[in-house]
Amino acid sequence: MSTTNTELCSKESSMMAPTESPIVHLASRGISPVILLVGMYVFFHGHYSPGGGFQGGVLLAAAILLLRLSLGTSLSQPVMPSWITLRLSALGALIFAGIGLLSILLGGNFLDYHYLPMPWLEPAYLRYYGILLVEVGVTITVMTTLVAIYDDLLGC
Amino acid sequence: MLEFIQGYYAYIFLATAFTIGLYGMMVKQNLMKKVLGMSIVAATTIMFWIVGAYKEGAGVTVLDPRIGVEDPGMYLNPLPHTLMLTAIVVAVVTLGVALALLIGIYREYKTLDEPTLLERMK
Amino acid sequence: MKTLQYLLLLTFLGILIVAVTNLPPRGDVTAPVHQHVNPAGTIVAGTYFIQHAYEDARTPNMLTVVLADYRAFDTLGEVIVVFAGGLACFFILNRGRRKP
Repeated sequence: MSTTNTELCSKESSMMAPTESPIVHLASRGISPVILLVGMYVFFHGHYSPGGGFQGGVLLAAAILLLRLSLGTSLSQPVMPSWITLRLSALGALIFAGIGLLSILLGGNFLDYHYLPMPWLEPAYLRYYGILLVEVGVTITVMTTLVAIYDDLLGC
Repeated sequence: MLEFIQGYYAYIFLATAFTIGLYGMMVKQNLMKKVLGMSIVAATTIMFWIVGAYKEGAGVTVLDPRIGVEDPGMYLNPLPHTLMLTAIVVAVVTLGVALALLIGIYREYKTLDEPTLLERMK
Repeated sequence: MKTLQYLLLLTFLGILIVAVTNLPPRGDVTAPVHQHVNPAGTIVAGTYFIQHAYEDARTPNMLTVVLADYRAFDTLGEVIVVFAGGLACFFILNRGRRKP
């Protein structure tokens, strides 16, 4: 993994090195999955409790950034590679706009979830799942953009 | 007097914090401190909306089946919260772009101090 | 010059505090922003959202419905702003450096 990292980053800075302390190392590796789990909970429970795409995305990004801070950039590449972040961000925006365009193609207005191709659902639940699909795009975009900004600021 | 303090302490605190952010943007010479002031101003504006949307006796904007929707006074107005939810993320991304510009400036001129920067740009 | 700036800031703080203390107090249910009906007699947008969110989308959290259904176009623009911010960071910081 470190060979691809040296290809991606033309120069190493001291912020990108792993920490010296084994306690920080171990604690961050233990806490990060818990933050990921809380982030998924906040995202999927956005329909029933305070939460949603933006908050869940920021929590998921926080879990990845914790690993980036403690393990260093090269060791945390398997969690989320640096080259994939901006592409996933574009994918999230594309999911959002694609749902809008899909409802135009099926005869409705832009982002009118009533026309989504799921005819076995009653109209109100169609809007429920439309909101869920849109939030997926929002979450992916927010999470990967925050990680991408951090990686760019470190010069990776 | 106590009633005045209870009604307005949040507003007065936010006005003071807004002026502190503006002070950082106006008086300080370091570009990093100017960006910090901008961040304080953004956070203060967001908190001002949230404080203004508070209503006595109202709960969070999640439907409670025991309360129902007949009386809208039992729920907060969801519109300001939605607007500020989007504004927070935009403020974070704006901060990221500002920091990126600062790093670009520092790589080019090796300083963030404004008079020195103007001197070196000549 | 510094003195002028401090005086300007103090004047601005005074104006802000005078303006803020003329607002209705925090949490006042009789304030104009918290009314459920317009002066024209129609219901305001917040009341509509509270009363119709559940039957429109079967989602108890009204904020999610406003964010992703009623104001979905706004959210789309904001997601594009976030993406453009990430792209701007990438292009500012990787200027003149070749990536494989």
